[in-house]
Amino acid sequence: MTATLQLGIIVAYLFIALGVGLLAYRLTERTAEDFYLASRTFGTVVLLFTVFATLLSAFTFFGGPDTSYAFGPEWILVMGLMDGIIFAVLWYVVGYKQWLLGQRHGYVTLGEMLGDRFGSTGVRALVAAVSLFWLFPYVMLQQIGAGGALSALTGGTFPFWAGATLITAFMILYVVLAGMRGIAWTDTLQGAFMLVMVWAAMLWVLLAVDGGITTINAGLEATRPEFFALGSDFYTPANMLTFAISIAFGVAMFPQVNQRFFAASSETVLKRSFALWPVLVLLLFVPAFLLGTWATGLGLQADIGAGESILPVILGEYTPAWFAALVIAGAIAAMMSSSDSMLLSGSSYFTRDIYRPVLDASLSERREDLLARVGVAVFAVAALAASIWAEAGAFGSGSVGSILVTIGDLAFGGFAQLALPVIVALYWRRTTRSGIVAGILVPQVVYVGFNFLPEVPLGPVTLFTDTYFGWGVSIYCMILGLLVTVVVSAVTARSPDEDTDLYFEGLSAD
Amino acid sequence: MVSTAEKYGWAVVFALLVTFAIPWFLWGDSRMALGLPVWLWWHIGWMVLASAAFWTFANRAWGIGITDTDSTTTGDHA
Repeated sequence: MTATLQLGIIVAYLFIALGVGLLAYRLTERTAEDFYLASRTFGTVVLLFTVFATLLSAFTFFGGPDTSYAFGPEWILVMGLMDGIIFAVLWYVVGYKQWLLGQRHGYVTLGEMLGDRFGSTGVRALVAAVSLFWLFPYVMLQQIGAGGALSALTGGTFPFWAGATLITAFMILYVVLAGMRGIAWTDTLQGAFMLVMVWAAMLWVLLAVDGGITTINAGLEATRPEFFALGSDFYTPANMLTFAISIAFGVAMFPQVNQRFFAASSETVLKRSFALWPVLVLLLFVPAFLLGTWATGLGLQADIGAGESILPVILGEYTPAWFAALVIAGAIAAMMSSSDSMLLSGSSYFTRDIYRPVLDASLSERREDLLARVGVAVFAVAALAASIWAEAGAFGSGSVGSILVTIGDLAFGGFAQLALPVIVALYWRRTTRSGIVAGILVPQVVYVGFNFLPEVPLGPVTLFTDTYFGWGVSIYCMILGLLVTVVVSAVTARSPDEDTDLYFEGLSAD
Repeated sequence: MVSTAEKYGWAVVFALLVTFAIPWFLWGDSRMALGLPVWLWWHIGWMVLASAAFWTFANRAWGIGITDTDSTTTGDHA
């Protein structure tokens, strides 16, 4: 009964999304700028929720509560610092400046913006290629997640490949039709829905538990009293800061988030969403993650290591079946909504920054719009094929399938490596083409090396492990990227094609 | 545009907001208030404060470090 209900809700969601997509299609101009950026028209609410839903949806419902269930509620602080404060600062430092430049020069992608400044198609293609390297396997992770969830929900009636194929086919149809405008509209509906549901779930559990918070805390006191104290072996300062810093910077460079910086309709929209961001983060994460911790106090069990999640367990125990089904189906739908934004951005990075400048410079607007839509389908089908192939037993150690999945897991750290070189380029006129290229390439190579090469003991230290002195290797690589960008820029001369004033002149001339 | 002193002031404010989003001075503290750890209440209050600070920044000082770097218009900007 519950499975049928959940399936029904997912199907209903898909149809609502398709309806919104059709509506958006009717408003769409047939240009790439409209398809990718909704012609830069987003208001405050749409911009806030589309960034929010794109980014945090599936994690809010599964990963976050699971972490709080297993290790305690400090995860709320990590996410608050990461998304509420550091990302908000980057929203200004990177986002506002990108938006201004996008308004002045019509940029649609990060690579385009950098390529113009450094007078180099190579820089443009490099940024796109690095981004696609991390994005492609990350899309696979979403497909594997959604396919697995549908399969589990139907007790295997829908095999994994069929579930993943169905969802991918739907996403292609939807993204090709709706473009950025439709995606953002469904994101907004979904974000508002998630916010209401997560508060309803928390209140419901509080009311349903006999004795409420007192009972829950007594249970925690008896089983995991250490959850009350700030910090633990897992939540060390270095570990919390590694997560908060590398994911926040990674988020700002994730194509589907970074591209949204260009899509705001006005400066006022950027100001308002900047100020509302910490409160929105708080409103979503506090109830969602507390539910995870409370499940521990209530003595509930979920085998996180084996892929189970705690949220369905606690909802199943204390809320009616229809309510639990609504939240879980919403979470699965959320997973899809993250993927559709990634498909769109992935396609734009490929067509605008690699295909057009490198392969066919004479492409017309109309043709580019068409190519963009074809690109979505190609990207999605390729990721689907790789997902099915990876899931079909290629998960053995060292196989290509498992390597792709690991790349997806490391994506935030990988994107974080782009952030500091980009910020240096945005704020320092002396940055040179050689500097930015080295600053992008070197930390990527080192980061990949330290995560994939086998550990090598070298006297007292071990090479190629993933933490040093408690800090993740992504942090060291970010610092390396910063140093390489600055030092190489300082010792190389700028090339004649560079436009060093591009990011500084004319920005205040409103 | 805001004064130079205010520019540095905002840099300090942002640094403080980042630094104390996690209340390091309550490390290991397990005191409770209204059913939740005191350190969690600190964080909740801090995020609301951050929002208010961002709001003030957006209305008073928006653009510092970004729109004031233009050497051709500096000085004639009200």
